[in-house]
Amino acid sequence: MTSESGSIGSINTALEMPRGTSLWEDGWHRLRKNKLAMFGFFYLLLLILICLVTPWIAPYGYEEQNLRLGAVPPTAEHWLGTDTFGRDMLTRILYGGRISLMVGFIATAVALVIGVTYGAIAGYAGGKIDNAMMRLVDIFYALPYMIFIILLMVVFGRNLLLLFLAIGAVEWLVMARIVRGQIQSLRQQEYVEAAISLGLSPLTIIFKHLMPNALGPVIVYTTLTIPNVMLLEAFLSFLGLGIQPPQSSWGVLISYGVETMEEYPWLLIFPGLALTTTLFALNFLGDGLRDALDPKASRD
Amino acid sequence: MWRFIGFRFLQAIPVILAVITVTFFLVRAAPGGPFDQEKAVSDQVRAALEARYQLDLPMHEQYFSYLEDLFRGDMGPSFYYPGRTVNDLIFQGLPITAELGFYALVIALVIGCLAGVLAALKPNTAQDYVPMSVAMIGICMPSFLLGPLLVLIFGIWLDLLPVSGWGNSAGDKILPSITLGAMTAAYIARLSRSGMLEVLNQDYMRTARAKGLPEYVVVIKHALRGGLLPVVSYLGPAFAALLSGSFVVETVFQIPGLGRFYIQAAFNRDYTMILGTTVFLSTLIVFFNLLSDIVAAWLNPRLRYQFRK
Repeated sequence: MTSESGSIGSINTALEMPRGTSLWEDGWHRLRKNKLAMFGFFYLLLLILICLVTPWIAPYGYEEQNLRLGAVPPTAEHWLGTDTFGRDMLTRILYGGRISLMVGFIATAVALVIGVTYGAIAGYAGGKIDNAMMRLVDIFYALPYMIFIILLMVVFGRNLLLLFLAIGAVEWLVMARIVRGQIQSLRQQEYVEAAISLGLSPLTIIFKHLMPNALGPVIVYTTLTIPNVMLLEAFLSFLGLGIQPPQSSWGVLISYGVETMEEYPWLLIFPGLALTTTLFALNFLGDGLRDALDPKASRD
Repeated sequence: MWRFIGFRFLQAIPVILAVITVTFFLVRAAPGGPFDQEKAVSDQVRAALEARYQLDLPMHEQYFSYLEDLFRGDMGPSFYYPGRTVNDLIFQGLPITAELGFYALVIALVIGCLAGVLAALKPNTAQDYVPMSVAMIGICMPSFLLGPLLVLIFGIWLDLLPVSGWGNSAGDKILPSITLGAMTAAYIARLSRSGMLEVLNQDYMRTARAKGLPEYVVVIKHALRGGLLPVVSYLGPAFAALLSGSFVVETVFQIPGLGRFYIQAAFNRDYTMILGTTVFLSTLIVFFNLLSDIVAAWLNPRLRYQFRK
């Protein structure tokens, strides 16, 4: 699977053998053939780009009201209509998307850092330490996390930073299990014994020699965690326990939309469409990445 | 088997204790006392109130006295609704939430398993793609969006079904049950599809066919037991998902169930109610996880042997 060093490479050329492809190239080839996953990939890329430059391209100001206009359905001036204060919906959805995506990525990053560190330590240490650490994960895993997030938001007030931490704090468990399983099986390999006998420190071995080989499943699971996190944020915001005005996210916009959907259905439909298509794209990309990078995990 | 059940029971105890302890101290650590109302109360009234709710005791005594009451099944008075206990409120909401959850689970199981099994029987055909695409939509369409959309279409535009309430008018239980069951149905469809696909390729399936059994016996008697195992293991998490889903569905459809009480308690800062409901719901979820593990182990003996080290 891995590309070989110089001398063997030259023999290969002499025999006109095809060049070996790395796992990543292989994965990229497989991913490229998956149309849905590529659609998801480019959709997300576009969305991220648009959200990054929103302050410069948004047609109207975020809080720009036009009370005389009120709520109007989509027109040439307001592509997605306006809300009851006459605020441009396209602008609000773009700004909401910034927050939704930011929560998705940052909370997932929190989960990733905790999960990978914890799982790598448990998997590398093995024995009693591993056992104790994973029992703790089992206990946390059995806790009803949704109730706990609501509890945390109620007790400590509703701010963005806490939201990242609360979501990250419950989403790291599966990541820890995956990384621990990977590290544990890789640890038995000869090249790790070689690294140990060379006197490398455990940290170097874990992060330079073990993690690169465990990266496939981690990337796959990370991609699948982002939509979960975004759903969780939207869920909390919908209930009024997540993002607070004046900030807004797709969940907040949907919850406003529900209040007025009878008269102004577009206020519900457009933010809903934005959230659903993004979740679609992320799930497609995640499934595609799993088929491409972690063939063992995909059974069909 | 008994050894397995005993082991899992022992595992559940620290979890429940952890829930009680964490929740208790989190709620006590919350800023702002329960009596910090708009109306200022005199110091004497405050002291009397605090004595009544035992808030004047040291923290650890409060904790142990709460534990003691809890084991007797008493979750204390509500801070927000005067004269009502947390027990009252929970048992007022529980039957409604249980009924809603039951309908949703039935919908999820019937539709999910049917779609998944049908898809697995003819993989990579329209019979596979159509239900699986619908399942993908189900997963990406959160209940707080699906519910209002269903209300908009069937309740307001087509005027076929009531838009809110529970048991007040004919057919008002249909939309909430579908809304709550949809996402679980989608997960179950995906799980049963991949479970069935794996089983259908096994040697014993070929043996069953070689014996000359008709196809429906092969599928129903031999494939389903193994193929639906992932679904059984998922029932515990599914129950937790349905409970947290009921928070949203009960809010959207204005159903006076446990989920709505919980969210209201969160807004009212009704601390005893939050504490009591959290402990109650968590215990319920832990118990259902236990149950689904036991059923899974009963169906699949290999799961039991992990505990015989």
